[in-house]
This record gives sequence, C-alpha cells and structure tokens, in this order.
Amino acid sequence: MADGASAAGATAPLISATRLGVRRAGRWLIHDIDLNVSAGEIVTIIGPNGGGKSTLVKALLGVVAHDAGTIHRAPDLKVGYVPQRLEINRVLPLSVGRLMTATQRAPRAAVMDALAETGVDALIDQPVQVLSGGEFQRVMLARALLRAPDLLVLDEPVQGVDYAGEAALYELIGYIRTRRDIGVLMVSHDLHVVMRATDRVICLNAHVCCTGAPQTVTRDAEYQRLFGSKAATAYAVYEHHHDHDHDVHGNVVAPGHDHDHHHHDHHHREHPHHDSDGAG
Amino acid sequence: MIDDFILRAWLAGIGVAMIAGPLGCFVVWRRMAYFGDTMAHSALLGVALGLLAGVDPALGIIVTALAVALSLLAFRRARRIADDTLLGILSHAALSLGLVAISLLSWVRLDLMGYLFGDILAVTPADLIWIYAGGAGVLAALVWIWRPLLALTIDEDLARAEGVPLLRTQIVFMLLIAATIAIAMKIVGILLITSLLIIPAAAARRLARSPEQMAFAAAVAGAIACTLGLWGSLSFDTPSGPSVVLAAVVLFIASLLPPARYSG
Repeated sequence: MADGASAAGATAPLISATRLGVRRAGRWLIHDIDLNVSAGEIVTIIGPNGGGKSTLVKALLGVVAHDAGTIHRAPDLKVGYVPQRLEINRVLPLSVGRLMTATQRAPRAAVMDALAETGVDALIDQPVQVLSGGEFQRVMLARALLRAPDLLVLDEPVQGVDYAGEAALYELIGYIRTRRDIGVLMVSHDLHVVMRATDRVICLNAHVCCTGAPQTVTRDAEYQRLFGSKAATAYAVYEHHHDHDHDVHGNVVAPGHDHDHHHHDHHHREHPHHDSDGAG
Repeated sequence: MIDDFILRAWLAGIGVAMIAGPLGCFVVWRRMAYFGDTMAHSALLGVALGLLAGVDPALGIIVTALAVALSLLAFRRARRIADDTLLGILSHAALSLGLVAISLLSWVRLDLMGYLFGDILAVTPADLIWIYAGGAGVLAALVWIWRPLLALTIDEDLARAEGVPLLRTQIVFMLLIAATIAIAMKIVGILLITSLLIIPAAAARRLARSPEQMAFAAAVAGAIACTLGLWGSLSFDTPSGPSVVLAAVVLFIASLLPPARYSG
C-alpha cells in the first residue's frame, strides 16, 4: 500500500503547509509544521492527546486561523471533512439523508450512491441518533464523498467504532483513495491498525517529531520516546493481531482464560446498586 | 358573538405563534433557551431607551436585544467566564437596568405589568398589522437563512469548513430573535417570551421526523396553545399571558404521553 507515495512526488500537492503555527493564549499549540498531501496518498497524523492534531487539521481547513507560516491549496481544491466528535442534539429530528444534504444540495440518487460507497445506503431514512458509532462514521464519510472531494480530511475516523469495524473502516478508506485517486489526510491516536492503511506518517507533538513511511517511523527514536518502546512493535503487531482475542473491553485475553471480575465487599456496601455490574 | 377585542387577541396570538414556533425550534436545537431569556430581559431597557430617544419602543427593543446578543457572542469567544454565569449576570443586569430606567422616566405612564406579563386583550388593529407584517418579514428571513443556520446547528466546525457564512447567519438569527421579542412582548410579556419560543418547539419534537416538520408542528402547537390559553383566560378570568404559557405546557405534557415511535 505504500506505493502511492512514490507517485506523489510527480504531481503538485493538493495542500501544503510551510512553517505553520497556531498560537492561543500565549502558547504555540503547533509550530513549524511542514506538511503536504498529494492525490492518491494517505497521510496520517499521529501523536499524543493535546499534541495539536485536531488544531493542525482545523488550521489547514481554515476553521481556525493560523498565526505563522503559509498554507497553499491547489486551485479549486474541494475538501471533504469528517470532524472529530460530532454530537447531534437529540431534540433535532434529522434523518441520514437530511444530514447528507445539510450544506450541499444533491438529488436523492446521488445521496444514495455516496451512502452505498460506504455501505450504509440502507440507513438513508433512519434518524441519525439511532446509528451505531461505526454506522455514523460511515455516514459522515459518505457525506464527505458527496462533495466529490479532491482531498478527504478525517479527524479520528474510527472513534466510537468497535475493534472489528476499525480495520474494515481503514480498508474502506484505502479503497476509496484508490478508486477515486484522491488524497487522504487522517488523524489518529491509535498506532496499531492505522499503520498498515497509511503511506506516510507524521508524528506530531506540537511540532513534527518525525515523518516518513510507517516502517521507518516506528524505528525512529523520537517516535519511541513519544509512544514508549512497545510502540516500536506497532507495525509488527498489526501483522499478527489475530493471534489473540479481544474481550468486549478491548483487553487481550488468552484462549480459555476465565474473566475474573474484582468484587470489593466494602464497595458493595456503599453502592448496593453496583451488584449487577460484575455480571454484565 | 365574539367581541372585536377577543378576535384581535386571538389573531395576534396566532400571528406570534407562527413566528415563535419555527424560530423557537432553533433556540431549542442550539441549546439557547437561557440565551433567548437574556435577550428578552433586555427588552424593558429597550423600551426605556426607545422612549428616551423618541423612537418607537419596538426599535429600541430590537437594537438593545441585538446589542446584548452580540456582546454575549463576543464574551463567549473570549471565554473569560462560564457561559451560564455570564448569561445570569447579563440577564438580570438587563432586567434591573430596564426597571430602573423606566422608573426614572417619571413623565411617561407605562403599564409595567403589561410589559412584564403581556396584555393580549389590549391588542389594537395597528398592533395586528405590526405583528403580521413584522412576522412575515421574520419568516421570510428565516427561510432565507434556514439552510446555513441548520448546517451550523448540526456542527459549527463542519459548516465553517464547508464554506457556510457563519457570522452573517448568526447575526441574522440574533436579529430575528430580537424582532420576535419585540413582536411577542405584547402577547406574553418579556418574562414569558422564551416559553413561547421553546415550549411549542419541545411539544412538537415527538411528532416530527425532519427539522421542517418540527418547525411546522411547533407553529401549530403555538397556535393551539394561544387559542386554549385565551379561552381559559376569558372563561376563568385568569391573566392572559400566563394562561397561554400554561396551555403550551399542557400540550408539551400531552406530547410525552403516547409511547415513543422513534427512539430518536
């Protein structure tokens, strides 16, 4: 999947930032960021919480103003954006179809096509509030695709998605990239699954700590310092992740291992209603 | 035989419900109930300023409410204090300032109770023209900004990233709330205006499957509440504004009774 990067150098980038900085309340949230995304490549921004990942994306999109550096966009660049944590007020009656056309008009057939591309066309008339995390992210992805974007910007696209759904969603994003030959800029705090779906990784902690192909980055000292030595095996772990199972809490469990729930008697006396928790 | 003043009161109530319902939906969706209350509380100050400046009180109300709304937006952007604290301070400061200002205008006789709680039975034919002409203007403007306003209600960042004119839409929306306050004040008074915005909208929620349906249902719910409230006020000799509000509350409770068809 990394071969998309080789073609990238040939064409002008869709979007590029030079020495980009965003300053708030006297502190540089991000600074000296050099970044570019070209058609057909998937660039993933990883980094610790508070490292400025969302800020960088919002600055690139013009949602927050930047205080240093420059941003160049290809002429007539169309961006499809999936923001982080979109929570729709339950009091707002909104169907999936209506959400799709909130900022752009489109015939129902086009809405249907976009939803079909992400596999959720059956949900078109469902209220958005009943969707699962995975379904919602797919709807948001379809919504971004409806704009016929040159560049997809996805802020934590797998958040609220169960583990099995995560890999499927990354696979879908890779497929969309190939089929439409568009650029993808993704934000993720997750190291394991995202690595294989990415051509280039940018490791961000206010500044760019390291950047390159996933295999290279995981061997980088800066990267290991940020994420701990365990993270060095992230790429390898992905290749073998079916060796073990995951329980509903995401913990790794060995086959045949009994779950033991820790019951604390004093806890029960204080909060008798917790009795059912262990069983669930 | 229906007396003229009752017919006028009823028509005025229907007219106000038609505006307050759809606009109130956005107040509910955008979680701005307290925000609307703060704007409404500044209306009395607007009346006083209007009288001082020698212009129509309605103009004073619109300008003052809009100024309060814009300063709220500016404060909120600066994030100096918590939103609810800020709203609480501004809301009561505006109301108190209005009461003090009115008391200083010793040369004018004002029906303070009428301003605070409304006097729907005192609606004049000129008021009716103002309600319907102003209301038509408000609804036309709401239709104009409907799409961008809905988009930024769903998510502000997303709307901004997709080129929705954020500031213009927000300011027009504030202006519409201010105008609605000026129009509705005569019906339920400044202390109860917010209820006319949010209660019919809340009552309409369970009946609607789209934003547009909810706006329409809120207008209808408001009209029913006005009719029932006015009837109750005449039958039991109760104050008209509060009676209309109570009728709306009854509708809201009734809307909760049937089992939910959609969990959304």
